[in-house]
Amino acid sequence: MKKYIKVTATFDCDGNLLPELIYWDDGRKYPIDKITDVRYAASLKACGAGIRYTCKILGKERYLFLEENRWFVDTKEKSAV
Amino acid sequence: MNIQNAVDKNKYKHDRIILHSDCNSFYASVECLHNAKIRSKPVAVGGDAENRHGIILAKNEIAKKYNIKTGEAIWQAKQKCPELIVVPPHFELYKRFSKMAKRIYLEYTDRVESFGLDEAWLDITGNSEHSDGFKTACEISRRIKEELGITVSIGVSFNKIFAKFGSDYKKPDAITCITRENYKDIVWNAPASDLLYVGRATKKKLKDIGIYTIGEIANTPLEILRSHLGKWGDLLYGFANGYDSSPVTRFDEHSEVKSIGNSTTTPKDIKTLEDAKIVLYVLCDSVCRRMRQQGFIAKTVCISVRDTKLNTFNRQHTMDDYTNLTAIITKNAYELFKANCRMDIPLRSIGVAVTDFAHEDIPHQINMLVNEERLSQNIELDKTLDRLKQRFGNYVVRPAVLLSDNALSGFNPKDDHIVHPVSYL
Repeated sequence: MKKYIKVTATFDCDGNLLPELIYWDDGRKYPIDKITDVRYAASLKACGAGIRYTCKILGKERYLFLEENRWFVDTKEKSAV
Repeated sequence: MNIQNAVDKNKYKHDRIILHSDCNSFYASVECLHNAKIRSKPVAVGGDAENRHGIILAKNEIAKKYNIKTGEAIWQAKQKCPELIVVPPHFELYKRFSKMAKRIYLEYTDRVESFGLDEAWLDITGNSEHSDGFKTACEISRRIKEELGITVSIGVSFNKIFAKFGSDYKKPDAITCITRENYKDIVWNAPASDLLYVGRATKKKLKDIGIYTIGEIANTPLEILRSHLGKWGDLLYGFANGYDSSPVTRFDEHSEVKSIGNSTTTPKDIKTLEDAKIVLYVLCDSVCRRMRQQGFIAKTVCISVRDTKLNTFNRQHTMDDYTNLTAIITKNAYELFKANCRMDIPLRSIGVAVTDFAHEDIPHQINMLVNEERLSQNIELDKTLDRLKQRFGNYVVRPAVLLSDNALSGFNPKDDHIVHPVSYL
């Protein structure tokens, strides 16, 4: 299921946009430990397409999508991580 | 993926390598990507039935099995398939996906020419990294699937017409190569109507002289085609024989604008000249503003009219002088309308277009009898109105004629109608 979320991101010196922190509905915050891949991708599960960041969050791999100027994740469970 | 006839790349190595990529059921595919619940069901994208735009704009593969056709009324489609899910169009979303596809194409060549939102030609001739048309088509197809979540059909050939034929030949998610070796087997055996620009009227004319296939067009003496079809005879003869040498326009080149037009299906039938005048004014205002925005003046005004029995006719009139003034174009369009439309059957759709352009800065002969002072006033008036509408919106200043019927005049073709149809020629 597609879920739009709040994200803190920064532009690095080369102009790359890098997400750093995601905010969950219940107030929890999850820092992104590492970004292992960035590419354009569609998600049939999350119903959308955009720039897909493969992120390590609390040791788990999660996809974070940037759809124009909104961030979304695919979520089945209550929590993304 | 279906694959037809790989290209023999050793022969004809000086031929161009042209791809035509066509996003399958584009609008419906984008809608299905964004809504998992409807993916396994028959889905169509339909216009607003309340405003009488209730036709099928696109349908998914499941809906196609019910023989639902693009352009038919939604109620007709629902008769064929009562469980059909009709969703409203989201043009901004389609434009975004179109841009995403273009971004991929531009990684292979800068010669990318769009043909509507969902189709494009790519000329990859001379690209040392991607010199194999078939392999490049496979790669593009895979990337579109992964990055956009939709499928494409791609035609690969040595000219634009056969590449387009190839993308239509097998759908969805297919690649068809039309080569110099196989075009007679594949293209020539296809019905004449599969060739670009053989529409209903041309098909009938061809049928009248016993031509049913593209091969028969190719093998009919040119003089015969010319005598029945005029200049279209030459064009179709060239298309059918693979002689098309038109270039694929570079992405950053603006293709030459040959006409500017707007049309609308009105929310209620047009039964009087007064009603027609209101619609014509709104359309002419949009056309003239677009013309002024691009710095053109035009000499020919065209109208297209469709009645409630779906009879359509087009008429055009060439004016004495070039102009982009709303008042003059509207007057000419209205005169043309009055002279050709008897209003014995109510109308459901009207269109206005202008052609024969010159640039407004280029000196041109003006009519000696024209009132120069009045002309200058009208030019200033239009400029002022354009500025006002740009700053405060389309409805900030309106002529009194439009206030008599807000239902008919309450549309903004300049900004609402963002997807302008394209023409190959």
